Amino acid sequence: MSSFVSRYRDGARAASAVAATVWFFGASFGLVARAAGMGVLAPLVMSATTFAGSAQFAVTSILGAGGGGAAAIAAAVLLNARYAPISISVAPLFRGRLPRRLLESQLIVDESWALASRGGGRFDRRILLGAGLLLYVSWVSGTAVGVLAGDALGDPKDLGLDGAFPALFLALLAPQLRAPRAAAAAALGAVIALALIPVTPAGTPIVAASAACLLGLRRRL
Amino acid sequence: MSTVWLVVLVVGGATVAFKATGPVLLGGRTLPPAIAEVVALLAPVLLAALVVTQAVGGDDDLVLDARLAGVGAGAVAIAARAPLPAVVVVAAAATALARLFT
Repeated sequence: MSSFVSRYRDGARAASAVAATVWFFGASFGLVARAAGMGVLAPLVMSATTFAGSAQFAVTSILGAGGGGAAAIAAAVLLNARYAPISISVAPLFRGRLPRRLLESQLIVDESWALASRGGGRFDRRILLGAGLLLYVSWVSGTAVGVLAGDALGDPKDLGLDGAFPALFLALLAPQLRAPRAAAAAALGAVIALALIPVTPAGTPIVAASAACLLGLRRRL
Repeated sequence: MSTVWLVVLVVGGATVAFKATGPVLLGGRTLPPAIAEVVALLAPVLLAALVVTQAVGGDDDLVLDARLAGVGAGAVAIAARAPLPAVVVVAAAATALARLFT
């Protein structure tokens, strides 16, 4: 029991550091979305429904540069296609009636999913939903502050927050690399992503990298 | 409907559907062992791909910038068994410092 509570507390503590970072990026999204001519309400609705930073920033940069709606939609859909494999990886955690599963699934975001990962394909449901809810509130409230008063906050890049995310994902990946098969699959996924970044649109490298999990079909490695 | 709202609604709808794929179609079911072996590897694979794309990904090319200093410092903190919030703070500080001096 005590180890369960302490694990939950660790999760919440880790999530709060991440939530602060996510809040700043939400504010930054609100600011650039308004500057890109998206108004006040549309960025808020987007944060509440899409709830995925990279796709939302891609939309603002394409619309802001006059790139057109079709290009913005294509880029964002491609960027978020990774949520199909990500949501499949945590599917067993979601029980109950369909509306409830649908609603809870919207708390899946890179960071909540990564924090909940326990290795060996196991995930912690309470951390996924608890961190997801905290990050959702951070993202939407950050966006609200950004569209209304973003100029006062400055650029999250000046705080180095864009370098915090890859380190966070690395920290959550590291303990999973002890299993040889997981390490091999992770290495293959990283190589696929690295090779595709220069030649495919953003979003494709992650989706293509997920093919590396087919190593699971081999009996031994 | 304006272009902005069209984009917001289509992207929002598509993302809701992507995130619902597993929980709605497979929710609560136990996967066959062969599929479970594959799905179990999704976490390390996607985490590794996220590390790479967030560290050196650009609009459509590799971009080597201050983020690398952040990941490097983060890796040192991870090797020293620092707790997760400390890793995040160390990585952000290293990225900010590297950006200041480049």
